[in-house]
Amino acid sequence: MTDSSVSIFVQVVFNGLAVGSIYALVALGFVLIYKATGVFNFAQGELMMLGAYFCYTLIAMVGLGYILAFLLTLILCFLMGIVIEMAVLRPLVGKPIFSVIMVTIGLAVTLQGLTSLVWGDEVHNFPSFFSSEVLSFHQVHLRPIEIWVFFSTLMLVIGFLIFFKRSKIGIAMRGTANDQNTAMLMGISVRRIFSLSWAVAAIIAAVGGISYANLLFVSPDMSHIGLRAFPAAILGGLDSIPGAIIGGIIIGVCETLAGAYLDHMLGGGVKEITAFIILIIILMIKPYGLFGKKEIVRV
Amino acid sequence: MLNGHYKVSYRDDVKIFQTGFVKFWLFLFLAFCLIFPLIADRYFIYLANLCMIAILGAIGLNILVGYTGLISIGHAAFLAIGAYSSTIMMNRFNVPFVLAVPLGGIMAALAGLIVAIPSLRLKGLYIAITTFAFGFIIQHVIVRWDSITGGPDGLTAPPVALLGVSLDSDSRYYYFLLVLVILLTAFARNLFRTRIGRAFIAIRDHDVAAEVMGIDLVKYKILSFCISSFYAGIAGAAFAAYLKFITFEHFTLRLSIDYLAMIVVGGFGSILGSIFGAVFITLLPEAVQTLTDLVREDFPLLTTRFAALKTVISGMIIVLFLLFEPEGIYGRWKKIKAYWTNWPFTY
Repeated sequence: MTDSSVSIFVQVVFNGLAVGSIYALVALGFVLIYKATGVFNFAQGELMMLGAYFCYTLIAMVGLGYILAFLLTLILCFLMGIVIEMAVLRPLVGKPIFSVIMVTIGLAVTLQGLTSLVWGDEVHNFPSFFSSEVLSFHQVHLRPIEIWVFFSTLMLVIGFLIFFKRSKIGIAMRGTANDQNTAMLMGISVRRIFSLSWAVAAIIAAVGGISYANLLFVSPDMSHIGLRAFPAAILGGLDSIPGAIIGGIIIGVCETLAGAYLDHMLGGGVKEITAFIILIIILMIKPYGLFGKKEIVRV
Repeated sequence: MLNGHYKVSYRDDVKIFQTGFVKFWLFLFLAFCLIFPLIADRYFIYLANLCMIAILGAIGLNILVGYTGLISIGHAAFLAIGAYSSTIMMNRFNVPFVLAVPLGGIMAALAGLIVAIPSLRLKGLYIAITTFAFGFIIQHVIVRWDSITGGPDGLTAPPVALLGVSLDSDSRYYYFLLVLVILLTAFARNLFRTRIGRAFIAIRDHDVAAEVMGIDLVKYKILSFCISSFYAGIAGAAFAAYLKFITFEHFTLRLSIDYLAMIVVGGFGSILGSIFGAVFITLLPEAVQTLTDLVREDFPLLTTRFAALKTVISGMIIVLFLLFEPEGIYGRWKKIKAYWTNWPFTY
């Protein structure tokens, strides 16, 4: 291997890490809701997109400062998560899984349509938080945002791990996920936990959305990133927080590697479907993912 | 007299026409369907044709989702396979239309077989995600395999003829579709009077219990996938030959979601419900169009962003039906019927 091919490889891996971190953030949102409420939220990508749009509107149209806009976005998303849970998900608690899957799909379609209804279909450049100056080490070029995305994801995941292990609310969430009736008997307000997990997932989605918008742009197509993050969540295991980040990063890196090395061999298009091929293989050999807990079914 | 239907044998219970009343109205409705193209505007015939294509696909999806309980978010992929394979067969190998349509269905059924394999170990959500991934992969294959599928430029279907009669006008195609719909609806309706259909229902209600009763899960899950994708393939082939032009954009995730919406709106696990849902979801954009035309002057933005408005409304329809009428239009229909038969009693 020559020196330049090594640095190209390293470059591709680093780009993959940045994209993978965003997948990991979206996957973390899936995991959080799934862990607490047992619902797989197909609208996670849309929540991410709305977070980015809120922040974009606050900065570019209202004219707030970056920090203020960012914090305000988080608050808005927190409230949005609670409202969605109370209005749409709560009436369906205990209903068949088909209804629950369909309602989040319906929600995804609605939010998608609302976004293009309100903001139009145009692609907007996001006012970047970071300098566009490129950092270079030995022919490997990185934008500061890529490094920031990676580390903020890492911090969020570590934060959530500690939150679930140590804090009272985190333990209550795990208890609720395990057995709702017993959790209620232990004095946990299951309803509050449900709302809270949606609110927190919406916040994570907003962070992911703002990061993605910083990397690229804001547009209604952004929500596709949510679909691409399904494989990440499944690969890691739907109920595992470390699984979400590892799955996200594996998918991100595999995808960029496939794009860089396989695309011209197979005539293009490999990058887009790599994640889904990995997904199908994983579902065939290890359906509960790398770190997921196996469910036992009794008659 | 009519309050409640008393059945004294299983034979009565599985009869297709439960009462003479139903039979009478059904035949009247069929007669109406037969003369419909003679009295209706060309545009309405066009809409009726779209509805009938949707009915084929929706019945297929309901067999898989509503009756067997295997959730599929990749129905569009099977429609695409049916549409593309029948069109390619007609274009390249001069296969007659009468064969190309069932062959399209069979190709889709074979694809269903492939998807069924990873689904055997999975249930619920995981099957939904597998079929979703399959839908995505098929869409990309269509775009990239341009030597066969025409890639982003799409494919043009040749003019079609059935047994020497050219199906060039909307009303001729209408009769072709009507026959197809009647045949396949009757097949589906009868399917659930047989062992196979009952096995599907048992799997939906509890798969482990079904296996304990002696139902071979592998066999019946694969069969359900095949039958469902066969219907989708037929619908796709009919769609391609009707529109004369197909691209990958016809078969996106949105189409899969629209078909799921038909099941939700029409009624989960009901053939009649699939028909209601297919008609409702197909006519919905038209209704929205008519309504926005009324308020065009006051809200000019609605016309420019009409596609977004349609998206919002179809999403809302899914959510609202799930929240307020989970049994769909068919459930509401049953309730209204029960109300009238039992009146003045409540049950």
